[in-house]
Amino acid sequence: MPKFAAAARSALADTGLRRNLRGGIAAAREREAAAAAELGGWDDLREAGRAIRDAALLDLDAHLEELERAVTEAGGTVHWAADAAEACEIVTGLVRAAGADEVVKASSATTREIGLTAALARAGVTARETALADLAVQLGDDEPSHLLSPALHRDRAEIRELFRRTMPAAGPDLTDDPAGLAAAVRVHLRERFLRARVAVTGANFLVAETGTLVVLESEGNARMCLTLPGTLISVAGIDKVVPTWADMEVFLQLLPRSSSGDRMTPYVATSTGVTAGDGPRAFHLVLLDNGRTRALADEVGRTALRCIRCSACMNVCPVYERAGGRAYGPVYPGPIGAILTPQLRGVDSAADASLPYASTLCGACADVCPVKIDIPDVLVHLRGTVVESRRRRPVPPPELMLMRGLAWTMGDPRRYETALRRGTRWARLLSRGGRIRRLPGLLGKWTEARDLPAPPSESFRAWWTRRRP
Amino acid sequence: MTASGEGPGGGSRAEVLRRVREALGGARGTRPPVPRRYARRLTDDEAVNRADVLALFTERVADNRASVRHVSADELGTAVAAALWGREAKQIVVPADLPFGWLAELDGVRALADTPAVDVDTLAAVDGVVTGCAAAIAQTGTVVLDGGRAQGRRALTAVPAYHLCVVHADQIVGTVPEAVERLDPARPLTWISGPSATHGIEMVRVEGVHGPLHLEVLVVED
Amino acid sequence: MRVALSVACFDDALFPGTGKAVTVLLERLGHEVAYPPGQTCCGQIHWTTGYHREAADLARAYTAAFEGCEVVVAPSASCAATVRDGYPRIARTARDPGLARAAEGLAVYELTEFLVDVLGVTDVGAYFPHRVTYHPSCQSARTLGVADRPLRLLRAVRGLDLVELPAAGECCGFGGAFAMKNSDVSVAMVADKVRHVRDTGADVVCAVDNSCLAHIGGALSRLRGGVRTMHLAEILAETGPA
Repeated sequence: MPKFAAAARSALADTGLRRNLRGGIAAAREREAAAAAELGGWDDLREAGRAIRDAALLDLDAHLEELERAVTEAGGTVHWAADAAEACEIVTGLVRAAGADEVVKASSATTREIGLTAALARAGVTARETALADLAVQLGDDEPSHLLSPALHRDRAEIRELFRRTMPAAGPDLTDDPAGLAAAVRVHLRERFLRARVAVTGANFLVAETGTLVVLESEGNARMCLTLPGTLISVAGIDKVVPTWADMEVFLQLLPRSSSGDRMTPYVATSTGVTAGDGPRAFHLVLLDNGRTRALADEVGRTALRCIRCSACMNVCPVYERAGGRAYGPVYPGPIGAILTPQLRGVDSAADASLPYASTLCGACADVCPVKIDIPDVLVHLRGTVVESRRRRPVPPPELMLMRGLAWTMGDPRRYETALRRGTRWARLLSRGGRIRRLPGLLGKWTEARDLPAPPSESFRAWWTRRRP
Repeated sequence: MTASGEGPGGGSRAEVLRRVREALGGARGTRPPVPRRYARRLTDDEAVNRADVLALFTERVADNRASVRHVSADELGTAVAAALWGREAKQIVVPADLPFGWLAELDGVRALADTPAVDVDTLAAVDGVVTGCAAAIAQTGTVVLDGGRAQGRRALTAVPAYHLCVVHADQIVGTVPEAVERLDPARPLTWISGPSATHGIEMVRVEGVHGPLHLEVLVVED
Repeated sequence: MRVALSVACFDDALFPGTGKAVTVLLERLGHEVAYPPGQTCCGQIHWTTGYHREAADLARAYTAAFEGCEVVVAPSASCAATVRDGYPRIARTARDPGLARAAEGLAVYELTEFLVDVLGVTDVGAYFPHRVTYHPSCQSARTLGVADRPLRLLRAVRGLDLVELPAAGECCGFGGAFAMKNSDVSVAMVADKVRHVRDTGADVVCAVDNSCLAHIGGALSRLRGGVRTMHLAEILAETGPA
């Protein structure tokens, strides 16, 4: 995975992608703003959402045990996975035990995070994505670019070409009308749904008190997954817990309005264990850590675990709008990805360490977050984590030397004044016609596309001293 | 649970719980107060009386791109039949305990009761399904099924292309909190707000993917 | 009132006109301006880039330089935001309750907050016969919440033709180190900001942050965009021919 800046550079050059992003998220942004404004007391609801998520996280061990008890009592089985490999191993074992070589899969960022489809493929099991956009990503052998709409980087014409190429049933007269494309997906997957013996889904929420799995979706594919196959396997991060069923009254208002801008997502399906004569005969819940406890251990960083995966933050982010989701790497896109991914994976790699810097700290994300995650605050905090990890290197990076030197200079007014005089003289030598068109070293990035005004010969403090001796 | 971390369902139960406890440290077990200042009932701007609640429900169901009609109790049989004729339905599936009167006027439409349970191929082949509901929400235009009386198992409403849902006026609550309070999470719940839809292409909303392509709601007023 | 002026290091070197304009403006309104000589930099660059130890050192020096001042005015929203919103966080990170107390003891205002809220003026007697558009910088609008204070001040300037900036609330793409570390995205953002600025037909774009203005102005200058940037204080200081 390349660093964010490098990945973003190629995304910026993809004009089709730029248009798709601009159009898609502008519409989503407006829908969400309208849905939030319509409901009086939106901020009260966000405040409750924030507090419930905090309460869930700060007593997480008790809630997880309560959840396990409730799921087990309702006829389900709970599995615990410390990391991605273990989660994949558990799911693969369950699929094998059910005697299936194919599973239907409902949209889930968590299963993408652990690379489940590839792991199942290695075991000879085909995982079929069933949500339209996930299917498009899978058929195109592509990476997702948005939490809610993973094929956002493709327009309707590209999706039509992809479907024509990869869906045997889609004839040459398939047009690029989105309704027609949706109909083609319905036909393509119908038989698979009817014959599937195992379904794999994620979870939007897990209610500790009652052991209830809550899934929000719009296409009906998750409802099929939750009801038709004999075995249901749900993979969920341990952060998905909410304490009580009553708490759902908050999230069933916050999530739909913040994610698709609907008053209510077309389908909300809840399922508690196994119900006789209705739905799967076996229910397995796989609880996943995979770095979440690392985030939980960070008093500032843990607020990122409040996230309910609505995608509102990416829809308002000016950086996401231009760089697209794939620049954030394979886990979570957008501002939330920039604070979650480095916590889940650590900041050892240059790519993961570049994510907290993939923001201007403009704060648009924090304004819309339904659970009030102060994303800029966590970004700055994680930048500190990155710098601290670099301080220990045997050869200090140039930026560290520069920033230390700058702080030393600024630490004393006399040193600062001397540097100011020298810097001004030096900068004026580089300037022509009152502006600087090329700066050396790290600052050269600025002058790639922007001028810098030449500093006037007299600084403010020099003027002040001259004026009042 | 054993020392190796094997829990009842296998895997790293003890290890994950240990990490959680260690991560929380001194903060562990604190449950910060939850301020619940948000509205639990409809505001006066939204509805002052029962008629307003019903009107709001009707408006919001229509906003969700579902069809909605009001009928009186004695018109229900005729209304159900008319809706099915309108869709040119020949064969439908219904929960075994659907009130007999709802289908009393059916003529030329075959209703298969889900007893014994019909197989998935039949479910995929029928022209629609008729059910009642457990509750409905005015503010969001939602009907909720809980597998109780006149609703059947979940697959009945997941597979067919057309769903006709009968809502009694007294089942309609104002808001999401009122619905959550009234519903039992031990039952399998399906909240339905309009037909199946996707934002998967260019984030434009299109109706009709895997679930029912058409949702029709009949509100029965007494 | 005796006002302690806080001048950003960036403004001190590159935009000394801003500090001069604030001095002229506040004196014209009948106040005494002081410039505590111990000040250097608020530590914002170090804080937002992740050099938190260095930021804490600079924050301690800043609070020491302004200790005991009745009121501090900064014609830079991002510096005011660093002190008001950032210092408690810097103190938290450095586990330095002394710094938190020192920061709490400082009454730091961004210039337009000071004029409108503390002095209660919107008409400062300025005259500026130009077409002007206003860019609400992220730190002023979101972190400080200065809202329409800058616009109220601009509307009261005689001769000034204020035009609304399309998509005004969108970040210009500066973001401190972001402009260098992610220069490609940063440039893509400022390109749109410059387009919106030019669409207004204004000959001046103003803001309460010279850092954002250096970014927008740097792009306008490179493109010979025909629009100049000015800090809001410099407009408010203008009185025209006597």
